[in-house]
Amino acid sequence: MATLTPPPSALSPGLQAEPLLSELSRPGAPGHQLPALDVPEVDDLSGQLVRSELCLPEVGELDVIRHFTHLAQRNFSIDSVFYPLGSCTMKYNPRVNEDVARLAGIAHVHPLQPDETAQGALRIMFELQNLLAAITGFSAATLQPAAGAQGELAGMLMMRAYHLDRGDTQRRKVLVPDSAHGTNPATAAMAGFHTVSIPSDRSGNIDLDRLTAELDETVVGLMLTNPNTLGLFERQLREVTAAVHSVGGLVYGDGANLNAILGVVKPAEMGFDCLHINVHKTFSTPHGSGGPGAGPVVVNDVLAPFLPAPVVVQDADGTFRLDFDRPKSIGRLKGFQGHFGILARGYTYIRMHGAEGLRTLSETAVLNANYLRALLEDIFDLAYDRSCMHEFVLTARRQKASNGVRTLDIAKRLLDFGIHPPTIYFPLIVDEAIMVEPTESESRATLDHFAAVMRRIARECEDSPDVVRDAPRHQAVRRLDEVSAARKPVLRWT
Amino acid sequence: MLRTIGVERVEQLFEDVPPDTRYPSLELPPALTELEASRHLAQLADQNVSVTDWPCFIGGGAYNHYSPSAVGHIMGQPQFYTAYTPYQPEVSQGTLQASFEFQSLVCELLGMGVANDSVYDGASAVGEAVLMAQRLTRRERVVLAGSVHPHWREVVQTYVAAREVDIATSRVSIEEDGLREQRVLELVDDNTAAVVVQQPDVFGHVRDLNGLADAVHERGALLIVAVAEATSLGVLKSPGDWGADVATAEGQSLGLPLQFGGPWAGLMACKPEYVRQLPGRISGQTADHEGRRGFVLTLQAREQHIRREKATSNICTSQTLLAIGITAYLSLMGPTGLREVARQSHAKATYAAERIGALPGFAVLTPRPFYNEFLVRTPVPTFELRHRLVERHILAGVPFLSGVEGFERTLLVAFTEQNTSSEIDGLVDALAEASRWPH
Repeated sequence: MATLTPPPSALSPGLQAEPLLSELSRPGAPGHQLPALDVPEVDDLSGQLVRSELCLPEVGELDVIRHFTHLAQRNFSIDSVFYPLGSCTMKYNPRVNEDVARLAGIAHVHPLQPDETAQGALRIMFELQNLLAAITGFSAATLQPAAGAQGELAGMLMMRAYHLDRGDTQRRKVLVPDSAHGTNPATAAMAGFHTVSIPSDRSGNIDLDRLTAELDETVVGLMLTNPNTLGLFERQLREVTAAVHSVGGLVYGDGANLNAILGVVKPAEMGFDCLHINVHKTFSTPHGSGGPGAGPVVVNDVLAPFLPAPVVVQDADGTFRLDFDRPKSIGRLKGFQGHFGILARGYTYIRMHGAEGLRTLSETAVLNANYLRALLEDIFDLAYDRSCMHEFVLTARRQKASNGVRTLDIAKRLLDFGIHPPTIYFPLIVDEAIMVEPTESESRATLDHFAAVMRRIARECEDSPDVVRDAPRHQAVRRLDEVSAARKPVLRWT
Repeated sequence: MLRTIGVERVEQLFEDVPPDTRYPSLELPPALTELEASRHLAQLADQNVSVTDWPCFIGGGAYNHYSPSAVGHIMGQPQFYTAYTPYQPEVSQGTLQASFEFQSLVCELLGMGVANDSVYDGASAVGEAVLMAQRLTRRERVVLAGSVHPHWREVVQTYVAAREVDIATSRVSIEEDGLREQRVLELVDDNTAAVVVQQPDVFGHVRDLNGLADAVHERGALLIVAVAEATSLGVLKSPGDWGADVATAEGQSLGLPLQFGGPWAGLMACKPEYVRQLPGRISGQTADHEGRRGFVLTLQAREQHIRREKATSNICTSQTLLAIGITAYLSLMGPTGLREVARQSHAKATYAAERIGALPGFAVLTPRPFYNEFLVRTPVPTFELRHRLVERHILAGVPFLSGVEGFERTLLVAFTEQNTSSEIDGLVDALAEASRWPH
């Protein structure tokens, strides 16, 4: 024991360096004990087939618990701080959902059990398919995709299958606005297409003329987020979707921003042919430090035959089953029928809101965003000066030009005030972007506090820019050297 | 708030929405209070048989292993599960360090040089591995062993659908003396990007992969070794030991609840020279400017938010919370604990095979050695047998083989440390009775 002196200032465990599990390992520490084997020993796995060593850490249970407790303390989370991360919908994760997910009849059901032993689970899935279709105006759904991006892949493969089914083999071009999430062009590429980026116009909407200029019989379709990633509702949405349809293309809806429009408008009625839903955003399931999510896709009658198999159906006698008999299906995306543990949470959330509750939550999300926008628009420039939906995009252009303080610095300074920064440098079309999404969960007092902190940081940008550029000072680590992390990657312990 | 914004009513904020589509009616059931919702969901949950209610001998890509209590509590830490992707590393060191530890453990288990912090599941991991091999070799054709899980083969098909790739699958059949499989090497040609084998295979057989990697490499292709039952890695050689270029696994066995299919986690690792083609999130070690160790998301130039259509994959959301659960499981079990899980699962399966194989009309079809799962020839159709077992309150067998020609009268059964000898004896009795049913 080299250091027996107490840490310099009474550092909380979350601020102290935490050893790696490999460093905590003590040879011979007892692992988890199983009951004694109650059948004869067997010894037919040997020689050629077995491994010579297994280097797992050896750590006692209490030390494992402390390790992960210390790690958890080194995280910001919704439960501990305001987390207005634009485009991610960091709303409160209701605890009752967690209780539901831990019920034995939810958590401990095998995906290959005979249907008659899983009627409750199948019913939850069947009803959720219908609830999601009802909310969005579509006619059918798949719950299989693991996350938004896999939902996108499902959608694009269905669009591909639709065109091929009609003998339309020339379509290769997918149109994507320049404000889109990176997953959109990446998905189009995975589905075998090339993308054409469509610029946004001066009001932040997709440029209809530029879109029209790209429309021809090689267009697979358009991938469109609405409200878009600038937090703006596409004003000419129906003209846009009609134009794409006029050349035989389809319109894929990225539902990342669905939280703004529940009960306000049904995407199907605006001309979308399908839409993925991020259950982990809109329907409150926890983000889990970056996953798991669930990315159901809702479709209209045109695309329904191509849904991934299986889907859940109800027979005339009222029983539910997995239906694999879908000859035009694009096939399977996952080992089993989707992230049921996440879907059960989302189902609970929807059932607890009902139609009115959903509309109220979207209205509150939009109200909160506009309130913050109004409080901040005199300090930071707005990327687009119009009323927003559930999020809005500021730019630190002015601060950068006059004081050399960048958006990254402002984000890091927010950490010192115990606030998780908004999304930064996205969408790519806004210089020094700061994308703020407060969600409906937050109180007015929290929004006022955030605005006050942003105001103070704006003042610091002028009076003491070095303080901002040097942030954070009060977290577990200072700014980390990302360049050398990428140049000489250390990706595992040795 | 409305006054600050400068409007009178909230509705004014939605003026960009065309009036004729604004505020549609949603046909949803009335809202439930928390009490009502809890009661409703508890009732729905009660309509399912849980594997804590009845003995479970279903495997087929998901296994009913015991997860120490502490795993669930660690995954239940709100500062893990209510955090998002660690985009701000200074306040995400917990997640980033856990990811780094997970990657280290995956490397150890799979015997590979580098690993990512998870893809969606074992099936999509194989899909991503195949795409990766196609990029690395600039070849298109894919050879799948017919003993790879059928669902996983279907997912590969979906993932490569857009590339109109030729997928060749080795033939598997049931002969008098058991399962027979065509050699995958017979299918490899000069345009083959990858050969995919599962270890243990979908029938539970522990395959001798000696020499396979060399033969695959000689033809310029890559070897992908996929693992569906990750506890087997407690005793068996790793994919790296067999010379795999890319290794994948389903992580569910390592402490994650079954959850009727997910969420679990896909493990994915490769040789270090291929890291820039590896999809998904990767945490790397670095330091802050005061020299303190820290972790960041790294090599992001592979990912969609940077590279867009040129990214290695469209994957964004990972399975980090599950990866944290797996990391907790492996550290609680330690090498001794994991080896014991493997040893017991194998011993219980062997005990069951000896008893079931001795029943009239039954025969074990999976060649020895198997790990904890094997295929049995049965005197009655699978479909009927599974339902008869339900009447005896036993869960066994999988549905995905019953439609395959030649496999209509087979049962795939799996065993874990949770199955007691008396449960196994109960299964044997129920099967013995089945052989006397009229059919």
